[in-house]
Amino acid sequence: MFDIDKWQEIFATIKKNKMRTFLTGFSVAWGIFMLMILLGAGNGLSNGVSQNFMRNAVNSMWLWSGRTSVPYQGLKEGRDIRFTNADYDILKDMEGIDATSGRYYIGGNTFSYGSEYGEYSAITCHPGLKEVESIEIIDGRFINQVDIDQTRKSVVIGKDIYDALFKGKNAIGEYIRVNNIPFKVVGVCKESSGTRHRNAYLPVTTGQKVFNGGNRLHNFALTINAETLEESRAIEQKVRETFARKHKFEASDESAMGSFSLLEEFLQTMKIFQAIDIFIWIIGTGTLIAGVVGVSNIMLIVVKERTKEIGIRKAIGASPSSVIGLILLESILITTVAGYIGLVLGTGLMEVINIFVEKQYEISAATNGGNGETIFRNPTVDLGIAVTATLVLVVAGAIAGYIPAKRAARIKPIVALRDE
Amino acid sequence: MISINNVHKSYVTGHNSLHVLKGIDLDIEQGEFVSIMGSSGSGKSTLLNILGILDNYDEGSYYLNGSLVKDMSEKKAAQLRNELVGFVFQSFNLISFKNAMENVALPLYYQGVPRKKRNKIAMEYLEKVGLLEWATHLPSEMSGGQKQRVAIARSLISQPKIILADEPTGALDTSTSYEVMEILKEINKDGITIILVTHEHDIAAMTQKIVHLKDGGIDQIIMNGDLKQFKSQYAKQLETA
Repeated sequence: MFDIDKWQEIFATIKKNKMRTFLTGFSVAWGIFMLMILLGAGNGLSNGVSQNFMRNAVNSMWLWSGRTSVPYQGLKEGRDIRFTNADYDILKDMEGIDATSGRYYIGGNTFSYGSEYGEYSAITCHPGLKEVESIEIIDGRFINQVDIDQTRKSVVIGKDIYDALFKGKNAIGEYIRVNNIPFKVVGVCKESSGTRHRNAYLPVTTGQKVFNGGNRLHNFALTINAETLEESRAIEQKVRETFARKHKFEASDESAMGSFSLLEEFLQTMKIFQAIDIFIWIIGTGTLIAGVVGVSNIMLIVVKERTKEIGIRKAIGASPSSVIGLILLESILITTVAGYIGLVLGTGLMEVINIFVEKQYEISAATNGGNGETIFRNPTVDLGIAVTATLVLVVAGAIAGYIPAKRAARIKPIVALRDE
Repeated sequence: MISINNVHKSYVTGHNSLHVLKGIDLDIEQGEFVSIMGSSGSGKSTLLNILGILDNYDEGSYYLNGSLVKDMSEKKAAQLRNELVGFVFQSFNLISFKNAMENVALPLYYQGVPRKKRNKIAMEYLEKVGLLEWATHLPSEMSGGQKQRVAIARSLISQPKIILADEPTGALDTSTSYEVMEILKEINKDGITIILVTHEHDIAAMTQKIVHLKDGGIDQIIMNGDLKQFKSQYAKQLETA
């Protein structure tokens, strides 16, 4: 197989037929290049969006109390279920739950500072809410444990509230009035999703105390530390059962305690990504097929063009197999080298794009409390896929060259020589 | 050297069968210089192709150098061609992207001769045909006569027993035709059998034996001594035509 003379003959042929070599090589390189870019772009989009989604505390869950709808252990339906601070303590220490926050609803919610005022939502919470709802701090800090313990009148205001009340002035340390009660601004924040930032956050204990809530809590927000949907459902189920036993309601009673979890949504979104992936693969396969057709076409033409040469070679003593071998090895050599070049260029371009994307990401992350905004990240292709695609093209080129080469080698030399 | 007995050959195209050779008997000895003549369609090129193992035949037998050439595998045929036969074509059939030296050396490539050695031998043969200084030129840079001389050098390099030339002067003017014929005569003097197909009488007249084909059979074989008679007969034919 390895015969220096044969390779010299092949290299000489390649060198003297630059145009033909270029066209064959270009179609392969271009096919691989486009495939790399398409798959890379698809991966980048998928990575970017899923990362954005991941950041939004994908494993969040919300619980709220309601009224029982089925009788339980001799108790009639229609009972109100009330959460208390004790429930928060149970949740906080429960296995599989990371961050937790309770909330007590307060009504009214007129915010004022000096002569400015407006209606906004006041949310009473524990420090854990920051993690659950991925609240981004622009200035100052979020509600902390000291605020809770000392029932401080601290407030973290949303950016919209800050803009409306302070109009760009410094807010930290200033006092605003919430339902006419003064609260000290300790931070300005943004909600991770959406463009409206009209929520203000108060310590839950302060809320209960100032607005006569006693130890009552209306709902809980928590993050579940689970890898899979099954694990997440098990933890959800455990929470339900614990609360059902404690508050005496049927565990399956959705109206006694409602719950909503984002993990299922996350998994649903992942299905969309899968759909994107399938779409990318269809396009990728299409590109690959186009490449295969292109290479095959060129090989057909190459063999056609070389029919006379084949005839001459046969007339002066070349065996059919040596003629086929010459053409095949040449085509494999060209397609392999060209495929590799396309591979390097394609991945190279995606790496360059990746550098820019990362820079962009860092810039946006720096201004955004560590949470960069991008829908395009790590647009690279799995090396195995890239190599496989190249191999497919090489093999296709070889097959596409073999069939006509075999036919050409079978033609009587006279016929081949007559063909001008 | 060559012995052909009752060779038949038909070309089948679709439903039509064209009976080109209708029983040819021909013996050619080592060292002969033979021309095959005949009007177009008389089967002269077909006969040459069969002689050169470029084509097979349907009936009869063909002995080349003592061995029967029939239903050979492509590989065996290629090997025999390489060892015994050299070809010279009307359209030269040089490989366009190889220079003169590489074209001449190509038959040795298929004999497995190393590159340096075969290029050296090729230079010797180019010198023989007077084209040493053209060794690195491509066919497209040469005149018809030069190309044909390169082709002759190529046919000689494998030291064949027979040179088969299919209208070697067909694409050349008279003076270059004569140059080429002189070279072929020189080769013939070294004991190589030469069989050439031509329709030019002056070219045929330079050979020792003329095989005249007509309608797929041998019309007459004219030995060199009878050439004058042949010429006058040919002139008569022209007059009556």
